Amino acid sequence: MDFGKLFELVVASSLINNFVFTMFLGLCIFFGVSKKMETAVGMSITFTMVMVVSAALSWVVYQFIMIPYELTFLKIIIFIGVVAAFVQSADTIMKKVSPTLYYKLGVYLALITTNCIIIAVPLKNAGEHYNFFESLAFALGSGLGFGLALVIMASIREKLEVADVPRPFRGLPISFIIAGLIALAFTGFSGLITL
Amino acid sequence: MSLKPKSNWELIKNGMFGENTIFRMAISLCPSIAVTNGLKNGVALGVSVVFVQTMVNFTVSLLRKFIHPKIRIPIFMLIIAGYVTIIDMLMATYARAIYKEIGLYIQIIVAFASIFARAEVFANKNKVFSSLCDGFGMGVGFLLAMIVISFFRELLGKGELFGISLIAGNPLLIMILPAGGFLAVGLLMGFFNWIDMRFFGGKGASGV
Repeated sequence: MDFGKLFELVVASSLINNFVFTMFLGLCIFFGVSKKMETAVGMSITFTMVMVVSAALSWVVYQFIMIPYELTFLKIIIFIGVVAAFVQSADTIMKKVSPTLYYKLGVYLALITTNCIIIAVPLKNAGEHYNFFESLAFALGSGLGFGLALVIMASIREKLEVADVPRPFRGLPISFIIAGLIALAFTGFSGLITL
Repeated sequence: MSLKPKSNWELIKNGMFGENTIFRMAISLCPSIAVTNGLKNGVALGVSVVFVQTMVNFTVSLLRKFIHPKIRIPIFMLIIAGYVTIIDMLMATYARAIYKEIGLYIQIIVAFASIFARAEVFANKNKVFSSLCDGFGMGVGFLLAMIVISFFRELLGKGELFGISLIAGNPLLIMILPAGGFLAVGLLMGFFNWIDMRFFGGKGASGV
């Protein structure tokens, strides 16, 4: 196992190929929960955990079930099934085992299935033929990158509440424009590491 | 959704303008930025969404009496994933060049909130033909939004339309960069809000 390669993958997927700012995935949630810092942090934590576990599950299913039985053409259906099943069971188990944690993070768990990143990461892992640890590193980096984007956005939007924005631009339009400016800053990361 | 039944034409119109997925409801935003750097890609994805949305609404509506409410979410997901796989394979075979660029986003139609939402809110409760119309209207609304955004981005960013050069040089390079996508959607959304407030007395986009 090559730790340098894994570290590169984490940095690359969180900063350089940040899902939100360079690939535009997970925007619904990105704009939905970035209004307050508290929800943004809750979402980032839940999201990163679910991301890593579901990437690991999908990798196992892909390598040991789909490839031997030549089911790779069904990868969209199977991956969304795996993710949905995991989220549903995590929801049920958490409710039973730790109600306090469920009370805090349960809402985000339900939202996660509608996040495009959650299906994009297994698909990409399969497409790039990553091994098990590389898949984990990629998922972790993607989760962290999404969390970073959420926290940056939330801290700006909290200040925006008191700003004097032209009426038609209030709310979502101005958030988009701000996201554009952050994306511009993120293009500065490109070329940091060449994989 | 409103209680009194709407005519089919009203349903289509509602999907196209009143509840336009991107500019009014502000859902399914990911592809609106990711694939709108050229009209060709935008239209290709838009047409795929029209197909998936219409067929999903149709199927869900047909099966609505047989789907048990408790397990409806996985079933909707499977129906959507089925149609997305069809589109995915068709594109991979017959439109290789476009598929290379937007393939990932075609697959991601699975996780589109708009398609799922229409199946849940509308098709699950309404007759087959009106669901068909609703899905078609929603899909076309999405397609229109994609056309508007990619029209401006390709024209301003590359000086081209459908790959045909209209303006020499790269007028505004930022528009085809990732950042330009956010800016374009933000400005257009603001513009449509302004029209809505100025001429129709509306309150601007929902979901804020």
